[in-house]
Amino acid sequence: MQLIRRIALLLLLPVSAVAGVLPDDRADLMYHYYDGGGVTIDGPSLLVRKKFAEKYAVNASYYVDMVSSASIDVITTASPYKEERTQYGVGFEYLRGKVTYTANFSNSSENDYNADTASLAISQDMFGDLTTVSLYFTRGWDDVTRRGDATFADKVDRRIYGIDVSQIATKSLILGLSFETITEEGFLNNPYRQVRFLDPDAALGYSYEAERYPRTRTGNALAIRGRWYLPYRAAIEGDYRFYTDTWDILGHTAEVSYTQPVFDQWTFDVHARFYTQNSAEFYSDLYPRENFQNFLARDKELASMTSTTLGFGLAYEFKPGHMDFLDKAALNLRYDRIHFDYGDFRDLRVTGVPPGTEPLYNFDADVIRFFFSGWF
Amino acid sequence: MKPVRLALAALALLAACGCSHVEPWVKPYERENLADPIMAWDRDPVSSSYMLHVYESREGARGAAGAAGGGCGCN
Repeated sequence: MQLIRRIALLLLLPVSAVAGVLPDDRADLMYHYYDGGGVTIDGPSLLVRKKFAEKYAVNASYYVDMVSSASIDVITTASPYKEERTQYGVGFEYLRGKVTYTANFSNSSENDYNADTASLAISQDMFGDLTTVSLYFTRGWDDVTRRGDATFADKVDRRIYGIDVSQIATKSLILGLSFETITEEGFLNNPYRQVRFLDPDAALGYSYEAERYPRTRTGNALAIRGRWYLPYRAAIEGDYRFYTDTWDILGHTAEVSYTQPVFDQWTFDVHARFYTQNSAEFYSDLYPRENFQNFLARDKELASMTSTTLGFGLAYEFKPGHMDFLDKAALNLRYDRIHFDYGDFRDLRVTGVPPGTEPLYNFDADVIRFFFSGWF
Repeated sequence: MKPVRLALAALALLAACGCSHVEPWVKPYERENLADPIMAWDRDPVSSSYMLHVYESREGARGAAGAAGGGCGCN
């Protein structure tokens, strides 16, 4: 459950990286698969975009997560479960001169969580179309409930303010800069998750109590990126993001990727990503006693951790002979292997050792996307 | 209110910039490389949005995903 608890939005469509041009008419149908840490999530995803009169564009999306979870949290404090999350999204874009106006709305629902998200954006080309500046504002309204507890209901109110600048630097280099502030207010923790505290009377030496998070959180993220066209028709990209928030989480993300067309119809991608963060100020793997402090958390996501990703992608582009309405089509396969390593989250499947001396937890995840894209 | 002020300041800057004229140092006819699909920030939004979701569900940091983002209301 804890994986899905933090989900409200997936396919809220992006602010276009290039204003002044609306995205191509395109449909994507994807199968996605995640397997890691005892959790399997898979399902379909559909995204369709269509232009009208080169001034208007609409898009629609559909996404499903089918979750089967026996994660470490679940097997140590609850029972394995299955559930489904469904998300719908619609969007509209209007191009007027060098300015693009965008509005998107999405709804995500599962049996104990509902999230509505609306987003407005304005994007403008300037300085001889060398620079594209985008401003966006997103508002989210979540309803949180708890299975088996009809008395519990709470809300989350979310606002996101962002600016994105894309800059052509040379004939072969484009740079990007993004800044985003996210403010959240409401029930921000998982209503099922528990923390543990030392309890000499318990058989394991510790007992559990419910998590308690602050009801507000504000985070700021700043990212820079550059993409360079290499002389032999290939591209290399570097990205770095700095993140900090009012829960004292500080995160760094670095990523490098390489794209190489092969022959006429194939494109090969490879990338590596590294992420690190420290723990939230109120996080602890093991509190000294019950009700030790006002705020309590033992969520892996708030622990000190690193994640390391290696991935590749292969795309095959073709002209489908039996589908005349398509200008071109592509089949894509992407695979990522992610290793998560925790600095202060212990593996409680190990018992018979003094509390707080269990080995630190880590796991690997396999992520696969297989999708068909058609341009029409 | 800080984010609101920042957004207003950025909007004012955007409006001011829109009126000025700068000679582009990369001419439109010199952008062949940049127009190549392999130079897109986000070649396949359906895939990049999904990966964003994978990371934001498992890491504490989020946001500023650039062209692949546009705002994730992840709780």
